[in-house]
Amino acid sequence: MTTNALTSKSSTSGRAGDKIFSGAALAAGVLILVTLFAVAVFLLIQALPTFFADPAKVSGGQGFFAYIWPIVIGTIIAAAIALLVATPIGIGVALFISHFAPRKVAGPLGYLIDLLAAIPSVIYGAWGYMVLAPALVPGYEWLAQYLGFIPIFEGPASQTGKTMLTAGIVLAVMVLPIITSLSREIFLQTPKLHEEAALALGATRWEMITTAVIPFARPGIISAVMLGLGRALGETMAVALVLSTGNLIPSLIKTGNQTIAAEIALNFPEAFGLRLSELIAAGLVLFLITLLVNMIARGIIARHKEFSGAN
Amino acid sequence: MKLNRLGSAAAVLSVAAIALTACGSDSPTATSSESTSSSAASGVTGTLTGIGASSQTSAMEAWITGFKAANSGANVQYSPDGSGAGREAFLAGGAQFAGSDASLKPEEATKAKEVCGPDGAFNIPAYVSPIAIAFNLDGVDEINMDADTIAKVFKKEITKWNDDAIAKQNPDADLPDTAITVVHRNDESGTTENFVEYLKAAAADVWTYDVSGDWPSDIQSENAKGTSGVVSTTTSTNGAITYADFSAVGNLSTVNVKVGDDYTKISAEAAAKALDTATPVEGAAENDLALELQRDTTEAGTYPIVLVSYHIYCSTYKDQATVDLVKAFGNYVVSDEGQKTAQESAGNAPISTSIAEKATKAIDSITVAQ
Repeated sequence: MTTNALTSKSSTSGRAGDKIFSGAALAAGVLILVTLFAVAVFLLIQALPTFFADPAKVSGGQGFFAYIWPIVIGTIIAAAIALLVATPIGIGVALFISHFAPRKVAGPLGYLIDLLAAIPSVIYGAWGYMVLAPALVPGYEWLAQYLGFIPIFEGPASQTGKTMLTAGIVLAVMVLPIITSLSREIFLQTPKLHEEAALALGATRWEMITTAVIPFARPGIISAVMLGLGRALGETMAVALVLSTGNLIPSLIKTGNQTIAAEIALNFPEAFGLRLSELIAAGLVLFLITLLVNMIARGIIARHKEFSGAN
Repeated sequence: MKLNRLGSAAAVLSVAAIALTACGSDSPTATSSESTSSSAASGVTGTLTGIGASSQTSAMEAWITGFKAANSGANVQYSPDGSGAGREAFLAGGAQFAGSDASLKPEEATKAKEVCGPDGAFNIPAYVSPIAIAFNLDGVDEINMDADTIAKVFKKEITKWNDDAIAKQNPDADLPDTAITVVHRNDESGTTENFVEYLKAAAADVWTYDVSGDWPSDIQSENAKGTSGVVSTTTSTNGAITYADFSAVGNLSTVNVKVGDDYTKISAEAAAKALDTATPVEGAAENDLALELQRDTTEAGTYPIVLVSYHIYCSTYKDQATVDLVKAFGNYVVSDEGQKTAQESAGNAPISTSIAEKATKAIDSITVAQ
């Protein structure tokens, strides 16, 4: 009955505003799902001819699966290198900002890290192949000479430095701001009481972090890394510019390997007919991988809702 | 209440959907095919739509600017979707002309009769691009190579700059013991296609791969995206060699290619000469200027590694206005002025006068469909 009393008091214009707002909010929510669905349907319809095509006509001549799996592996390798490099650095920077740096330094440093996320990927790509790649050549030669017995460092090293490892490092720089800013926000939300309790029990600052901050932030860190992984998987231009593409090979310091996003970017402009359909099918595969990653990330965040500061 | 909320959501959504669909139209014909009346005595009017090679973009921009300046009522839209996509759209009736790094294939020419009438479509060379074999080697500015050597270098059979095969042809050069780093395009491109076509024709024994716009995947070597990518990678790597549009090689040194008994240095003139020695494609229609380049020519002073970019037109169009528009644009492109504008802005080589004359004659033969 109270609701009746309330509605009768509020003016008609207010109710209309309420309705429009709730309608708009619902529409926005539905629109996201519709967009996602429409993209999936578009990819599926456009990709269909590839799955029914004569395997001999698909690039490589052995059917779509033989065409796609090396670049799926390549995509995963690139993303894995990026995360292996960026996760420890990102968490380190975030901890420094949240718990070690004096307040005067912490603020500007946080802004600077966030600024990294605003640089267009084509700039990262250009920097990667013009500056970073040539600079890494001596390092790769050293790796090939002394650690060449490990398959991933098998020589002879690339003379241009345009390798999977370089691409992975560029990607690491690109995902760094995502991991850093999300982790930083979570570290800052650690209950002060936990931290002070740890310190009061005689813990050093490092012990306080490992006993109070990290356990609290773990799910948040995982979801930050997952979001970074999403970016690394889908990154197109930087990889297309940096990597000397080729067949799938284990060595990370030789020419070779390819990622899905770069494969699409490089071949799309001149593609038509079946080739276009193949590339869209590759896009569909990437879409599914990214969807999976994001769903896992969301799942982790949702499961730890009550602790995590990420939502 | 629930129903009401859904209803208003649906209302907002449908408005958004209408707004969105209004922006995105798939069919290029939607905006293009209508041409206004041909009553205007001076100049042509209407909009011409072309789809095709992205490599023609900068030349096309120059042509469109020049053409619009001369014909205030006319407009040309060019969508750089790629050569293959352009030919496909043209054959489906989605564009009035196509820009392509390759002429129509025989089966495409047959298909063209459905859209263009019994005489089909024809190819007109729009410009020539010499493809340089560019390298970066400390202390060496010029190097001579024959076709077999070039093929072996790019196949990675010759791996050192002081290899006997190279040294023999360059007795005066002081060749270092540097490893050769081959850099190729990693995106599909007409430059790659024409370069490997040359290797296949002139060094058939060595180069056994199929001709395609993609680099043969059996040869694992360094690569980069686009002309600017290969040039930049080569410039920053000592001992690197690549192939790229001559206008874009910058400070890199270029290889002189053996033709007949001499080595030809790359130049716009030598490239235009390759066009003159070319013969019409076998079985081509009377007005078709699709050329079979003599990649293995022995005529001195010819530079055989060139890319000919074509415009593809129908022999008939449905109304007089479109015919006038196509003729005006086609003739502008092959005219002295058109060729000069393109050369200035895109850096490609003009077609020779004899080809231009033939092109004008072909374009003038376009008529209204019966």
